[in-house]
Amino acid sequence: MPPARPSRVYFYGTCLVDLFFPEAGLAGIQLLQRAGVEVVFPEGQTCCGQPAYNCGYFEEARAVARTQIALFPEDLPVILPSGSCAGMMKHHYPDLFRGQPDEAAARAFAARVYELTQFLVDVLDVRLADLGPPVKVTWHSSCHALRDLGLKGQPQALLGQLANVELAPLARERECCGFGGTFSVRHPEISGTMACDKAADALATEASVVLSTDGGCLLNVKGVLEAQTAPMRVQHIAEFLWERTHAR
Amino acid sequence: MPGESDMNEGGPSGRFAPSASPLVHPHGVTERSPATPSGPSFRASAAKALGDAQLRANFRRAMDGLMTKRSAQFPDPGDLQALRDLGTAVRTRSLLRLPELLEQLEASCTRNGIQVHWAETCDQANALILGLLKARGATRLVKGKSMVSEEMHLNAFLESHGIESLESDLGEYIIQLDHETPSHIIMPAIHKNKGQIAQQFSQKIKDAAYTEDVDELTALARKVLRQKFLEADAGLSGVNFAVAETGTLCLVENEGNGRMSTHVPPLHIAVMGLEKVVARLEDVAPLYALLTRSATGQPATTYLNLISGPRAKDEMDGPREIHLVILDNGRSRIYGDPQLQATLRCIRCGACMNHCPVYTRVGGHAYEAVYPGPIGKILTPQIEGVGLRHDLIHGSSLCGACSEVCPVEIPIPDILVRLRREATHADAASAVAGQGTGRTTSEDLAWRAWAAVLKRPRLYRLSAWFATRFRQFIPGGLPLLKAWTLSRTTPLPAPRSLQERIRKEGMPRV
Amino acid sequence: MSDARAAILARLRAASTDNPLPTLDTAVLERRRWSPTERVKRLRRGMEAVHTEFLEARTEDWPEVLGAFCEREGIKTLLYGPGTEAGRRLAAVMAVTATALRPYDAPVETFKDELFQAVDAGFTTTLGGVAETGGLLVAPGPQEPRLLSLVPPVHLALLRASAIHDTLWSAIRSLGWDQAPPPNALMISGPSKTADIEQTLAYGVHGPRRLIVILVHDLPGTPA
Ligand code: SF4
Repeated sequence: MPPARPSRVYFYGTCLVDLFFPEAGLAGIQLLQRAGVEVVFPEGQTCCGQPAYNCGYFEEARAVARTQIALFPEDLPVILPSGSCAGMMKHHYPDLFRGQPDEAAARAFAARVYELTQFLVDVLDVRLADLGPPVKVTWHSSCHALRDLGLKGQPQALLGQLANVELAPLARERECCGFGGTFSVRHPEISGTMACDKAADALATEASVVLSTDGGCLLNVKGVLEAQTAPMRVQHIAEFLWERTHAR
Repeated sequence: MPGESDMNEGGPSGRFAPSASPLVHPHGVTERSPATPSGPSFRASAAKALGDAQLRANFRRAMDGLMTKRSAQFPDPGDLQALRDLGTAVRTRSLLRLPELLEQLEASCTRNGIQVHWAETCDQANALILGLLKARGATRLVKGKSMVSEEMHLNAFLESHGIESLESDLGEYIIQLDHETPSHIIMPAIHKNKGQIAQQFSQKIKDAAYTEDVDELTALARKVLRQKFLEADAGLSGVNFAVAETGTLCLVENEGNGRMSTHVPPLHIAVMGLEKVVARLEDVAPLYALLTRSATGQPATTYLNLISGPRAKDEMDGPREIHLVILDNGRSRIYGDPQLQATLRCIRCGACMNHCPVYTRVGGHAYEAVYPGPIGKILTPQIEGVGLRHDLIHGSSLCGACSEVCPVEIPIPDILVRLRREATHADAASAVAGQGTGRTTSEDLAWRAWAAVLKRPRLYRLSAWFATRFRQFIPGGLPLLKAWTLSRTTPLPAPRSLQERIRKEGMPRV
Repeated sequence: MSDARAAILARLRAASTDNPLPTLDTAVLERRRWSPTERVKRLRRGMEAVHTEFLEARTEDWPEVLGAFCEREGIKTLLYGPGTEAGRRLAAVMAVTATALRPYDAPVETFKDELFQAVDAGFTTTLGGVAETGGLLVAPGPQEPRLLSLVPPVHLALLRASAIHDTLWSAIRSLGWDQAPPPNALMISGPSKTADIEQTLAYGVHGPRRLIVILVHDLPGTPA
């Protein structure tokens, strides 16, 4: 159940947005602010712990996760510009902390976690007015956003509000791009093949940009597009939405 | 991405011969794992498969077709979910009552005239079957499709004892002619195209003219195999579901070779993994509905064959004896772990592989395992040892397409994560085969360093500062980066991190 | 091998928990229900999709319909079970046709070669059908042996429209199979088939190449 519209929320940047897509972080914060909520961005954010968790290094993941949970003491929603990290916090923290003294705290925290587009649509019910020129985009659903977190068309709903944006769907919209965190470097041949197929699928739409909620997928697809010097950009959806809807 | 400093070297290359594995005897006896096993390399064999454009195209086309057909069978998401919930509940209940149901199955079968045998290992099961055949002077066995018999390497074993063990499922027959193993659990010859099969038939079947016509190829096999059914001394089959209450063995098939194998020869031997039991015959209905739709997108197969007894005194045909061999081969150990037990819910529909983006690209043989694809990725390491199959356990992006379609909702990605842990940690009181044997000092150190930085915001801030300041100078020779850049450019950090910008510029204000 | 049995069961017992059993919600199966005429339509649609052929008949004339079919198709030898009521009616009618009726009344060992090589078709009755997916319910036994519906290249099956069940699940229950199943029971949806070569469907791989259902329209109010 979405909570009643809050007046304040926390924002969790995630490590990939912090290092690779800071504009998306700023855009996410501004999208929330424009919808009338105050955004709190606590210092000391690092990583949700997913890489270690996915590799079975639970103690290490927990140690990091613990420091992160501690940054968000107030009972406010925690918004992430990432389906994957939100999925980790929302669905895997309860497992990661099972049987630990702070299990209850971890569960309570997990219950407050939202992915950005999910929060904008389900809780804030935002209305966007498109200020940009006509453009064709395509959308990559990250697997974790889709299956761990259970995003159900919120990003597409937001894009649909933009009058000058044409959304050209990928032929294999639900297929993994091959990132998979450490999978991309432990099995680079398989991962790379998947990424190349995803890029080819994107190019076939003749869109000018691929959008996603997840930094990992974006880095992955971007890497392939750049390696092939393909005429297509990748962009985080937060940055795209903000770019198109704020008056300069 | 820290943490895998030595994980990307690919491991030993070359084909894996099961007999060379330190954990598994040629015929499947599992032992405790040695300290640092080096198993088959999924990375190396996958890389090889990826180089075969024809193979990739074959699999992609086949899997696309299967996915489309499956989804057409489940037009209503609500009904699908209700059916999956029911199937999951049926299988979960069966497992919770497993020892009791197995005993009940034994009693019911015995009452029906089906003799029941138990085998802890593949060796025992093979010996049992050989004993049954020898005692009756049987030298010609025809087989219906059975993945458990693949697990046992039964064909090779029987052939080595002078008994012809002939696969009669068309796909199995095709690959047996070429001494290959199945590349898919439902469609064993899916990796071959008809040109290859035409070539093979014209060379290996007596008097066969070369033809690429599928009907003609099928007719050729029909002719050979009907003669074999007629002459066979014994038939062997798998079991899709075994019903405890009624002592019924359920066989699901399209070709009729299962019925031929089980009903023409005087002796029928059925082999099943011990997890295949369900309580009641009506429990089979939802599982059957899920199985046929998930596997090949059919509402029903040609035959659902329910066998509850051999030829009665007044009957004119049917086997005079039926023997059921119940195989463990590591399953009772899997059963012992509450989370991993879910692995045993599997009804072997193959939907997880049909929907797997990795399987679709590398095909079944790259897994070098009896069970390929997502189910194989969780089952094989648990049977053979998690350390030995460490790189297989990591050969998944954890995208979850498998568990999304699994008719009995096996959480395959969660189990993979658990097995990754078991492979690298030996601290728990769990019974996972080969526990801790995939641990390396370098990976350990990498994750410790990772945590040391990320639980200290100041250290993270410092690292972020370096990464952004020296972003142009990230050495391309780093092993992880080398792997990444096989098909991608080096990822370039932003000039300033989000946190640094907020610290310097303050929070944005709308 | 009783050691293996004891060891396996001991390991399983040691791991057993007293977790509560999940409940079985069969509502999704129960709501698959149709009227009798709808059941006939569904069954036909399902079975025709997998190449089953249908002959229309009435209670009074189905043996003639079958006889005419055999003549038309040049079926020389028809194997059947002489002990059933249907078998007796068939014998009476077929005596005057060109098709030779071959009774399956001796152990298969006495005529295995003939069965595999010299029989054109086999005739069986059915216990009914399944509407949901399209299928016949067949329970071979002493009067209609198991191979009758399998080895001959054509399988002719007699189905009464009034004996079509909604689902496999409801059929298993109403036929009492869940209590005491026959030694061999089958659901058959069509002629034998395979897709093992390049996913291309081919019919008649090991079992019958054709399945012909003689559909007896015995529902009350069915136009003759
Ligand atoms: S794991 Fe699930 S999807 Fe895969 S074969 Fe088993 S039942 Fe089917």
